[in-house]
Amino acid sequence: MEKMPKWADVVLIPLISLLLAAALSALVILAIGEDPVAAVKLMVDGALGSTYGWGYTLYYATNFMFTGLAVAVAAHAGLFNIGGEGQAMLGGLGVALVCLFIPWPHWSLALIFAALGAGLFGAAWAAIPAYLQAKRGSHIVITTIMFNFIAAAVLNYMLVNVLRPKGSQDPASARFPETVHLPSLHEMLAPLGIEFSKSGPANVSLLVALAACVVIWLLIWRTPLGYEIRSLGKSEPAARYAGISSVRIVMIAMLISGALAGMMAINNVMGEAERLVLNSTEGAGFIGIAVALMGRNHPFGVFLAAILFGFLYQGGAELALWTSIPRELIVVIQALVILFTGALDDMVRMPLEKIFIAVRKGQN
Amino acid sequence: MEFLTIIQILDSTIRLATPLLLACLAGLFSERAGIFDIGLEGKMLMAAFFSAAVAAVTGNVWLGLLAGIAASLVLSVLHGVASITFRGNQLISGVAINFLASGLTVLIAQDWFKQGGRTPSLFSGGRFEGWEWPFAIGPADAAATGQPVSRLMAEANPVHQVYSELLSGHSILVYFAFLAVPATWWILFRTRFGLRLRAVGENPAAVDTAGVSVVGLRYAAVLICGLLCGIAGAYLATALQAGFVKEMTAGRGFIALAALIFAKWRPWHAMGACLLFGLLQAIALRFQNIELGGLTIPVQAMDALPYVLTVVILAGFVGKAIPPRAGGQPYVKER
Repeated sequence: MEKMPKWADVVLIPLISLLLAAALSALVILAIGEDPVAAVKLMVDGALGSTYGWGYTLYYATNFMFTGLAVAVAAHAGLFNIGGEGQAMLGGLGVALVCLFIPWPHWSLALIFAALGAGLFGAAWAAIPAYLQAKRGSHIVITTIMFNFIAAAVLNYMLVNVLRPKGSQDPASARFPETVHLPSLHEMLAPLGIEFSKSGPANVSLLVALAACVVIWLLIWRTPLGYEIRSLGKSEPAARYAGISSVRIVMIAMLISGALAGMMAINNVMGEAERLVLNSTEGAGFIGIAVALMGRNHPFGVFLAAILFGFLYQGGAELALWTSIPRELIVVIQALVILFTGALDDMVRMPLEKIFIAVRKGQN
Repeated sequence: MEFLTIIQILDSTIRLATPLLLACLAGLFSERAGIFDIGLEGKMLMAAFFSAAVAAVTGNVWLGLLAGIAASLVLSVLHGVASITFRGNQLISGVAINFLASGLTVLIAQDWFKQGGRTPSLFSGGRFEGWEWPFAIGPADAAATGQPVSRLMAEANPVHQVYSELLSGHSILVYFAFLAVPATWWILFRTRFGLRLRAVGENPAAVDTAGVSVVGLRYAAVLICGLLCGIAGAYLATALQAGFVKEMTAGRGFIALAALIFAKWRPWHAMGACLLFGLLQAIALRFQNIELGGLTIPVQAMDALPYVLTVVILAGFVGKAIPPRAGGQPYVKER
């Protein structure tokens, strides 16, 4: 017998966890001596109250969709990919190489190949930890953490010693050529007669991220491969008994995961900065963990959670601008979301299960 | 290279290895008891902030140390509640703790001191000073002879140089960290508590059958971990540097984790690994690029080396690292 209905598991528990995180965050804001209600109002106004705000919210959300999906795909295979940050950094390197060294006639062609390059570099960065996990049993959490740091060193080296233009002090690549400029939401919506702010960095990559959500949903729930991934994640012995090769599935799941994390770079590197800079990922790889946990590893959940975190990021920036609350408040909220939806899941679940069982007994 | 230069590099190796060593031993206790802890970084950061903040306000570095330990212990208890009591995912709990520390420290620092997420610089009294041993060349000699310490040091004989530069003059926490290595070995391998602690990380059901509390032992291990992380953080902010700055742990918690794997969860080897990684940091700090027979090693390679070495060890090509068997799994009592 199910302890509680499915809707409670999918909707109620994340919602309660989110409320707990929000309540604690409100206490933090109170402790700083600011008004939580005013803070929320400011965040909503700043992030959702104008197309300018939406331009930023959707830009951040695009990043988080990619990294959230990356964590989710690995999680379905029972793997915790904490290396999204490093994979996204390498993805940025892939995008930069594609954009800088090949003369593209049109942005659309450049986008396809930049996405391929980003995916390839991200997947390659996930491949070694995946291989070590599959073949040698090295714990993937530790190896992917190590690879985050190695990625930072590689990127630092490439930017300082290889990609930096002559005479420049800044550890950053040259600006990408005009032809690979991705259309922003403003430029996309203007022909349709919809007014959208010019300055928001949201761009056509948003559509790629949405497509990725759909593709991953199809992959996980509508293909034999997805079935195999989920089987392995649920029970390794059962999957092995059914003739599923765990080495193969671990490799494939991690390659897809790394490719998704890497593809984030078409948004932040190609779409926004239009050059490769140090720390271009800004921790988005780690936010993917919170997004996937919040979204219960379902692409639609990831989509919603990514929008939520996009809102938090943009709202947090507005807060930092207008009040004495620093931007780091968002990091605290993010930590609380991870804590409640991830580690303290049972704390919310157990009392809820008891309530449902009690109610059911009362009905019989 | 001059002899004194080598001694100076080794001296800074010891200083840089100390926080790694403390955090590494902290992780050793926790992981030997079967609780994975990737939140070492966060606990150190939290301790660094609170020790510097309290030391700055009270002017007493010992109160700062206590505050740092307390802050770290709070996060330890949180980790324990999530991963022992509620049997949550230990890795996710660790990730959450790292973010919590990273956000809260800046938030509180900004609220208290309004200096852009840092504490005021600490002056004498608020810092752990170096402990000058008898007969070591120090400021007293400099005052007596009217010459700078560096000059006196350069003119001294090699034995005196080693004594004065390398052994003497560190803060008390450095000596504590290195004494903690034999202490850890003794506790883990020569006491009943240590035997039980290791057993609970390998086979908790057996410990439970023997009538010893698995939950109690694991909480004890997590609390020792918090204590040592607290000292590590306090050392960073009040001894190695003079005050807290944003993200000052700079990945040291993860290097300590790497050292722990590198050492295959053994105390003496942990010291070796931390000294090696400390040496890499010291070299990277002193030289930008290293010329080695026409080949230039970029500084980034030195930064990445601890992590690369750890991956190699984890891969098991050079002596496989096998973690405690029950590590990462919450214990469920049979009913």
